[in-house]
Amino acid sequence: MNANMLIQYGLYFAVILLLIKPMGVFIASVMEGNTPLLNKIGGPVERLLYKLGGVNAKVEMDWKAYAIALLVFNTLGILVLFLLQRLQLSLPLNPQQFSNVSVDSSLDTAVSFITNTNWQGYAGESTMSYFTQMVGLTVQNFLSAATGIAVVIAMIRGFARHSAKTIGNFWVDLTRSTLYILLPFSLLFAVIFMSQGVIQNFSSYQNVITLETTSYQQPKLDNTGNPLKDAKGDAVLENLTTKTQTLAMGPVASQEAIKMLGTNGGGFFNANSAHPYENPTPLTNFLQMVLIFLIPAGFCYAFGMMVGDTRQGWAVFAAMGLIFIVMATVLVSAEQAGNPAFTAASLNSAGVDQTSSALQAGGNMEGKETRFGIVASSLFATITTAASCGAVNAMHDSLTPIGGLVSLWLIQLGEVVFGGVGSGLYTMLIYAILAVFVSGLMIGRTPEYLGKKIEIFEMKMSSIIILVTPILVLIGTAIAVMVEPGKAGIANPGAHGFSEVLYAVSSAANNNGSAFAGISANTPFYNYLLAIAMWFGRFGIIIPVLAIAGALAAKKRIQPGLGTLPTHGPLFVILLIGVVILVGALTYVPALALGPIVEHLMMLAK
Amino acid sequence: MKETLRPAISLFLGLTIITGAVYPLITTGIGKTLFPSQVAGSLVKQGDVVVGSTLIGQSFTHAKYFWGRPSATGPYPNNAAASSGSNLGPLNPALTETIKGRIAELKQVDPDNTLPIPVDLVTASASGLDPEISPAAANYQVNRVAKARGLQADQVIELVQKNTQARQLGVLGEARVNVLALNMALDASITKEAK
Repeated sequence: MNANMLIQYGLYFAVILLLIKPMGVFIASVMEGNTPLLNKIGGPVERLLYKLGGVNAKVEMDWKAYAIALLVFNTLGILVLFLLQRLQLSLPLNPQQFSNVSVDSSLDTAVSFITNTNWQGYAGESTMSYFTQMVGLTVQNFLSAATGIAVVIAMIRGFARHSAKTIGNFWVDLTRSTLYILLPFSLLFAVIFMSQGVIQNFSSYQNVITLETTSYQQPKLDNTGNPLKDAKGDAVLENLTTKTQTLAMGPVASQEAIKMLGTNGGGFFNANSAHPYENPTPLTNFLQMVLIFLIPAGFCYAFGMMVGDTRQGWAVFAAMGLIFIVMATVLVSAEQAGNPAFTAASLNSAGVDQTSSALQAGGNMEGKETRFGIVASSLFATITTAASCGAVNAMHDSLTPIGGLVSLWLIQLGEVVFGGVGSGLYTMLIYAILAVFVSGLMIGRTPEYLGKKIEIFEMKMSSIIILVTPILVLIGTAIAVMVEPGKAGIANPGAHGFSEVLYAVSSAANNNGSAFAGISANTPFYNYLLAIAMWFGRFGIIIPVLAIAGALAAKKRIQPGLGTLPTHGPLFVILLIGVVILVGALTYVPALALGPIVEHLMMLAK
Repeated sequence: MKETLRPAISLFLGLTIITGAVYPLITTGIGKTLFPSQVAGSLVKQGDVVVGSTLIGQSFTHAKYFWGRPSATGPYPNNAAASSGSNLGPLNPALTETIKGRIAELKQVDPDNTLPIPVDLVTASASGLDPEISPAAANYQVNRVAKARGLQADQVIELVQKNTQARQLGVLGEARVNVLALNMALDASITKEAK
């Protein structure tokens, strides 16, 4: 830990701590309808939307109706996004004339953006038209985040209400969170991003004349477009030069803001938040990191407020925060320590200098940007995998083995360390239910949480939620490393290649979306496999969560007795952390041992 | 089903128009008005010709220019229409070989340089378009550039310092040198002297 690290990490934690309460109060007010000013400004639009949809905002739904509305709405989203990609050549705003996207890739991307995963098998700047990016992908950045908010609000109502049949109105929750939470913040931050150099235009790609001519080689193609081979079977290379650079353009800033705020993470460009047009300065980088945690952290406070005891929210926050701080420290230390292979490469010549100083970041700079260095890249990598954001400002495939291990494991914990917008808290509350259940078993009393008895139905649903993602991840990975089309996608040799596959399926099933991006996942095999993982990883959890919400709302509230475990103190925080770690560790350590752990041991042997 | 389909379809359309058309267009309008050069890509001109963007790295291989971060984009480095990192794993032998190659190239143009090589000068950036290098990486190249241009090292150091940015707001990110801006300043200083 050097001073630079402490200052940048400390500043980030301080800003998040300061924002939790105001953000939580704001979220709770919007979702309870107590925002007179916003209601006045947005009211006409809100009411118009309800009128068009025939929605009576005062009529609430039971959990089944809520779940059906959510599923229908999200299925419609998949369909429309799929069609937009399939038809983009016939649609406007396609200056580069990008062809229609293939069936498997369109489906993968559609499911990916609807499920708030934003896994990308494609490269944005060479695949998607501006129209698809804006009307298709940007829209789902909003709507998938709003869906997450709706679900967690419904669950909080389940705790807050008693003897109630309904958990809210999905259409109202969706509309209000989009109009009043996501939209204003996105606009504000899009403007700040533009001031720093994030582009926002509809120009065709710009050709510029570079200072120097670039010489390069590429495989020569025959008339049919296949690479020519020489007598030995090696590809024939031709020498080429270019004096132009083609700069990819587009409406980036508007998508960038909601990409971070909604913990979506799908980049406009292939390099995501490492691309200087998406994330041009250390300041934009810092704000992007703040945006990722803004709603998930604020929701901890909103939760406490809505259940009538803010200490409950702080306890959940403390559990998340403690895991996060440990993970962040491990990751940055590993990256700063650098890569012994670089030192080995420089034997017999002047050495490669990996020490950090005022003049350079040092450390493992492969796949990292100069302006972010080691500290801001490592912090970003921890945040984006702790929250289910999945945006990257450094290439995770080139992280050190321990750096990669931390990112991967944070994803595998189920995205509960702040997690996605809405999804982070509702999954963490399932762990809280599990924690009171475990403690109830220890002392032989019926477990209760926030005045609600936790009974067989809730535990059945919680078990489904805990089991869905490990099943998807472990079986999905096993299939991918056994079959030919799965193995064909692996880029790096040895244990790291296995990590690439494990990371891909973990990222999809937990709706993160980041990747060990060397893997060639834009193939029918991976597109279908990951689409299945993403869909079940999202809705396989949302439906049982809503079922629990419905069951809790119907229960009577009981007064805490002598045998009630207080769920706002340090004891519960430790218990909750224990349950999260235990479930995560027991499930994934065997698989991790085959990937990053063995790779780390090999690195030590260098 | 009908009572679910109607709100689903109308809210989907309504929110699509708001978030997918109105919002990006308002953003574009604000950007064009307040930050016209930034939203167009921070393009830079040499005379009347647009020669690049301050935010997008270019390839330099001559001894007289400062070199930027290695780029792993295909088919040629710094391809700004296909951003990408190398995605090579830390222990991939291909990574070690690539780094050896980069060390050799640096040595070839500057055989007398015995300084340790800053790590960012031999490792590929994340985007493949990193416009900047660390001050250490610039210092490493000063003598080579000065010699190739027949300048005093002091003159080059001065230009490096002019094009160095400290940590933003004093604390964020890392100090860095913009390579394109520095090389353009070098070219400009020669033109000035010739006059």
